[in-house]
Amino acid sequence: MKTPEIIEKEAKEILASLPSTLSPKDRAAIPHMDMPVQDPKERIHNMSEVALGYTEDEAIVEASRCLQCRNKPCVNGCPVGIDIPAFIHKITEKDYSGALSVIQESSLLPSICGRVCPQENQCQKYCTVGKMCKDVDKAVGIGRLERFVADHEADKSTVPAIAPETGKRVAIVGSGPASIACAADVRRAGHSVTVFEALHKMGGVLSYGIPEFRLPKRLVDKEISKLKDMGIDFEKNVLVGRTRTIKELMEEDGFDAVFVGTGAGLPKFMGIPGEDLVSVFSANEYLTRSNLMKAYDGEHSLTPYFHAHRVAVFGGGNVAMDAARTALRLGAETVDIIYRRSREEMPARKEEIEHAVEEGCNLRLLSQPVEILGDENGIVKGVVIRKCELGEPDASGRRSPVEIPGSDYTVEYDTVIVSIGNASNPLIKKTTPEIETNRRGNFVVNEETCETSMKGVYAGGDIVLGAATVILAMGQGRKAAAAINEYLKENK
Amino acid sequence: MYRIVRKEQLSQEVFLMEIEAPMIARERKAGQFVIVQKGGDFNERIPLTIADASPEKGTITIVYQRVGASTFLLAELEEGDAIENVLGPLGTPTHIEKFGRVVCVGGGIGVAPLYPIAEAMKAAGNDVRVIIGARNKELIIEEDKMRTIDPDLTIVTDDGSYGEKGVVTVPLERMLQEGNVDHVVAIGPAVMMKFCTKTAEKYNVPITVSLNSIMIDGTGMCGGCRVDIGGERKFVCVDGPEFDGHLVNWDNLMMRQRTYKAQETEDNDKCRGGICGKLGLK
Repeated sequence: MKTPEIIEKEAKEILASLPSTLSPKDRAAIPHMDMPVQDPKERIHNMSEVALGYTEDEAIVEASRCLQCRNKPCVNGCPVGIDIPAFIHKITEKDYSGALSVIQESSLLPSICGRVCPQENQCQKYCTVGKMCKDVDKAVGIGRLERFVADHEADKSTVPAIAPETGKRVAIVGSGPASIACAADVRRAGHSVTVFEALHKMGGVLSYGIPEFRLPKRLVDKEISKLKDMGIDFEKNVLVGRTRTIKELMEEDGFDAVFVGTGAGLPKFMGIPGEDLVSVFSANEYLTRSNLMKAYDGEHSLTPYFHAHRVAVFGGGNVAMDAARTALRLGAETVDIIYRRSREEMPARKEEIEHAVEEGCNLRLLSQPVEILGDENGIVKGVVIRKCELGEPDASGRRSPVEIPGSDYTVEYDTVIVSIGNASNPLIKKTTPEIETNRRGNFVVNEETCETSMKGVYAGGDIVLGAATVILAMGQGRKAAAAINEYLKENK
Repeated sequence: MYRIVRKEQLSQEVFLMEIEAPMIARERKAGQFVIVQKGGDFNERIPLTIADASPEKGTITIVYQRVGASTFLLAELEEGDAIENVLGPLGTPTHIEKFGRVVCVGGGIGVAPLYPIAEAMKAAGNDVRVIIGARNKELIIEEDKMRTIDPDLTIVTDDGSYGEKGVVTVPLERMLQEGNVDHVVAIGPAVMMKFCTKTAEKYNVPITVSLNSIMIDGTGMCGGCRVDIGGERKFVCVDGPEFDGHLVNWDNLMMRQRTYKAQETEDNDKCRGGICGKLGLK
């Protein structure tokens, strides 16, 4: 693996050798810049960010690889439609504030999306350079460039223009990515916006879920304070459905519209014996303790975490990778990620899987946990695992796992983290029967407007989509905001 | 911010705080709880049952025992100070109906959250009998308040320093034997609720218990509070905190409550020389 120093040296050499005008062929010949990262051996002992971000030289080299395609295929892959070639062009001109302005026309949280978007399945998947190289990993590093711009201009971002006050009031329920995106766009239209959050910190999954080493919390705090500067009110310790109901917000508190972005907050379990043992945790609990409650900082935090030695993580998604890598940083000696299909089918981002493996997590693939064994104190002592093989593709298009009878074996663990997804939180559904939900408890919305079956109530993010990504949630938040702004215009 | 308007020390380790929280005071019903976080990044979220509330004054009352570092720090706050975070009301309210005769059993600080339930049961027209128990006389709390509901309440202490000597199941069994008991409500340590349940079971009387499991967010997100209720997985924070005692898997609950026991002992040791030392405590 290349050290940050080597990558920077390469960037300097390439920059020096670039001709003053570049043909598309020249551009495509420039090697892809690796992302400088903390050494895996060191980083498992700290919570600091793993990916260090491009230096200016590295960013310019990477930006120079962009062919500036006229049909902009990458933009079609972006859920919020950022004018990607335009901002990348600004980087090559060293006009970083110009680059940020281009991004901010479409996206509110570049420092966050540049870090957590699955670009390889979005913009970068359609990149012509990647196609020419026949390798999506060699596509222009759009996400890394987005992050570079956001970080470079971190102290310079300005408050966007706000339309004259309309006197209309909008309540936003939850403060995660969908809510933040919706709040900003509604506020820009001149409406008064109040965000209600149940926890003591704003940001939703950005605060409690995604670990510090992948998304530093100072960035989340910064984005929230930017929204405060726009005049958005944030009220914590309000659990809509208990402290106030949606009906009360609209009928008694005078809100003209409501956006619900409460996420998918009810952890799923496998339904196998032993899941109620003492050292079995949902990934939500494990990560919330470490991230939101700062349990990793044992010197200061009053929230305990379970001191695990041999950890089994069930699941193959990004949250499973986050949990596994957190366990390593909290001192686990071995961490196995147990997943029933092969590495190909793992839903986690490739980069996250690579980082987890580099750090020493073991992938125990084609393996299905069937029972968790405990000792007399209820502490996990092992997991019975059944081997699987890949069968026919299922509804998701991925080859489905088929259990092999008689293949059970037991591995010793003292801790299990279950990370197989979330169901929707039933609280609002229970207290607001007017809102139609589907079989899985997700809100049913109009696809164009994100409006629910209750007039004036909109929803987006995981409460609608099930488990999705930060950027998809933001996309829905923005779509809902546009519809809310339209709705309030009509209802003068 | 939630200002403390009244603080009382009910016994050596038990404190009462009346806190300004108008929205919670207005919405709360018997049996519901709040999560209190003193403030900042590092304090724990502590689930506490609402012991009383005044919608007119806009206040709620919490009662807690000083057991670890977090409750120790909470008890350092005085009248006029503010708690940064109080979330609530959480949980499903107590099912109140006219059962007939209801025996309410409170153990230790469980007496505090029992009060609003006993009060609501009485208001619904029930004949409410109260039993309160503690290790010793010093630890009996809210006796006067409970007497307003049942002037003839029964007091039990482990060491006999006040009331009857023994455990709460003795007077409970006596009342069940006398007959005419239609419902039992028990709040206290898990082991006490378990034995109250076993006692009620003998007489085939329904019992409601309020479970105090490990919890972080209180909104259904973490799943730390999951309990086995008649073979089904339930979350104390959203499905509870009250359940049919006969369906609770008590052994699993008590086992899970001990999850951080080893670490807490370690932390308490650390506390002496560590963070509490830095904060000038203990």
